[in-house]
Amino acid sequence: MSRRITVDPITRLEGHGRIEILLDDEGNALHALLKVPELRGFESFCVGRPAEEMPTITAAVCGVCPSAHHLASARALDDLFGAPPPPAAARIRELYYQLFLFEDHLLHFFFLGGPDFLTPPGAGPAGRNVLGVAEVLGKETTARLFDLRGRVRACMSLMAGRVVHPVFAVPGGVTRPLEGECLDRLASLAPGMVSFAQDVLALFLEKARAHPLFQTLEQDVDQELQLHSAGLVDGKDRLDFLGETVRVVDPGGEEALRFSPRDYLSHLAERVEPWTYVKFPFLKRPGWKGLTDGRDSGLYRVGPLGRVNASRAMATPLAQQARLLLQREMGGPPLHRTMAYHGCRLLEVLQAAERTQALLDDPLLREREVRCRPAGVRRRGVGAVEAPRGLLIHDYEADDRGILTRVNLLVATVHNAGALHLSVERAARAHVKNFRGDEALLNLVEAAFRAYDPCLACASHAYPGGSSIELVLRDSAGRIRDRLGGE
Amino acid sequence: MDLGLPLAELARRVEILLWPVALDFKKSDVEALPDGDLDAAFINGAIRLSEQEEWAHLLRRKARIVVAVGSCAHLGGIPGLANFRSVESLLRTVYHATPGLDSPSADTPARDLPPLLPAVRPLSQVVKVDYVLPGCPPPTDAIAGAFDALLRGALPPPPAVLAPSKALCDTCPLRDTRPERLELRQGRRLAFESPEMGTCFLAQGFLCLGPGTRSGCGETCIRANYPCRGCFGPVEGVPDQGLALLSALASLLAHLPEEEARSVAEGWPDLPGTLYRYGLPASLLNRLGEERER
Repeated sequence: MSRRITVDPITRLEGHGRIEILLDDEGNALHALLKVPELRGFESFCVGRPAEEMPTITAAVCGVCPSAHHLASARALDDLFGAPPPPAAARIRELYYQLFLFEDHLLHFFFLGGPDFLTPPGAGPAGRNVLGVAEVLGKETTARLFDLRGRVRACMSLMAGRVVHPVFAVPGGVTRPLEGECLDRLASLAPGMVSFAQDVLALFLEKARAHPLFQTLEQDVDQELQLHSAGLVDGKDRLDFLGETVRVVDPGGEEALRFSPRDYLSHLAERVEPWTYVKFPFLKRPGWKGLTDGRDSGLYRVGPLGRVNASRAMATPLAQQARLLLQREMGGPPLHRTMAYHGCRLLEVLQAAERTQALLDDPLLREREVRCRPAGVRRRGVGAVEAPRGLLIHDYEADDRGILTRVNLLVATVHNAGALHLSVERAARAHVKNFRGDEALLNLVEAAFRAYDPCLACASHAYPGGSSIELVLRDSAGRIRDRLGGE
Repeated sequence: MDLGLPLAELARRVEILLWPVALDFKKSDVEALPDGDLDAAFINGAIRLSEQEEWAHLLRRKARIVVAVGSCAHLGGIPGLANFRSVESLLRTVYHATPGLDSPSADTPARDLPPLLPAVRPLSQVVKVDYVLPGCPPPTDAIAGAFDALLRGALPPPPAVLAPSKALCDTCPLRDTRPERLELRQGRRLAFESPEMGTCFLAQGFLCLGPGTRSGCGETCIRANYPCRGCFGPVEGVPDQGLALLSALASLLAHLPEEEARSVAEGWPDLPGTLYRYGLPASLLNRLGEERER
């Protein structure tokens, strides 16, 4: 038996992290800690920069969700400069954002998290990836996926200058109106987006019904985390990536709280722990009770599952129909199985596709007035969006010239940090026993955090320099018992 | 990933031994290889932690060719702006001074964590780099082109930046509207005004880093009506992008009396943070700062 086990790097996620599993004397997992050993310090080095540079500076926090940072930042600047975007600008931003959610969620499904259940059980590291998924899907579907994603990304590029690290949103609007060529290309895309989203959802349900990963976890009540859920909603409490209200529901699905993102400091606080660079947010009511679940826990979940639970309905008809089906199949509402994240993500893909189609039919999208000229500088600006991975808040203070004096970023994966810990710990307890942690078992532990689509780059406001996660097994006295693939 | 279908084609022609965001191979798989066994390692990201330094050395040892991919590996990138601060100040802000902290007096995280290095470094300050794919991010066709050249054995002799040697202004779609000297009496900011489409940003008084930035990006930001922020780094043979840009701006203003030139420049706050947006760790300024500290 190997005495040292290391999973290094943990793979198929954005960013850099490590899991430590503490074993009891029989070699069964007792505790697990998810560590993020990276820090970039955007909150420090952005101070002194002109506020209007923030949408492009903070887009570099991350390589997979730059669009979320770009728009959260632009919304904070709308507030800071007192410049609400004109109707066309609001629609251009939203259209871009729906395209982004669509392609980013599909990236997760086919490249990152999906290979855990789209490839056959027992597929080792050589086959459990997008290339293995391509084999399962067959040539035609693979070509359809790459073609659609490529065309969506090309349209985003046309709209935003760059698709990774966009440059089009400015305080009070966007840099230019939408041009004919771009609109034509988008119009030819939208119907295919809706039908592809429906097909992927059907594929998911078929795979989930049959795959042991889902079955194992479904039999294991430990994989149900009884936590609060939070997400932005529209005026009718429907799921809205760019909503103006944060709605929080308790583990029973009852509304516990609603607030404007501006007031987040009244309702959320962050806990610093000495063993990770990531901070743990929690609801001030019920308060910090440690890394634990249950009705009294202050921990909450964001992202697809958090948003579906926190909203009363989807915002589009096909997605709402699919939501009812998914809730029936996955034991909701509210949904508490971590693996249900995958399904909720695909509901959002469908909603994004339907919204794209609706926006393209909106005549206001084509208006030429795309910017409200800022009049002055207020002291503070707060902006929020639902990043693919959950609620993202940018909070700036500036002097009277618009030079930043204080910056706070509360990012999606950070909201989920507590829940991620619990999921990893419970997966470890279910799968790591008698000092055993082989590659296939440890991948099941990795699958638990992959369901969240965590972005550890964002969580440490960092960019991966070389992603790395290490799995360290310790006994209850803190002695290292095992690392997988040891150094 | 944006290569799309050609990715599947590429995967048939090469063996990929490490790609953490998409494949499950681990560090131990790389360590088990003989030194020099990999044809090439494409490395992104700047070096901030001792752990990243170790990764860079490991991959350099195993690979015959090292390619720095993207602005962070090339120049330090936007996270390199942290070099305007000390590590202590970064940690203090994040863990003790941001609003909403439950326990601002709690210990700064450190237990069993790889320490932060004193500064952000580009890859080339840690290991020998053979090629650079510049940009934030490098354009997809440039990445595809590099793979293609690698497979055909058609890469130029190292070291080389795999992009044109000209300045962005020379290939800019707005170049015909660029002035020799700035007629404006005031620098303008995107916060308060919108540039007119189709006219050189500098001619309108908006800061644009085209004069001191390498071409090759396809000018996509410019076409989206957003001025260049310098992600491709300095032009061939120029050691410090910020100084080159400062010099270009100075010559645009040289015809003005000092007072007027000053008032234009005052319209552009935070010149260091803008001219060194992507390149502070690779700059002479950074080196001077470190020498002074020593």
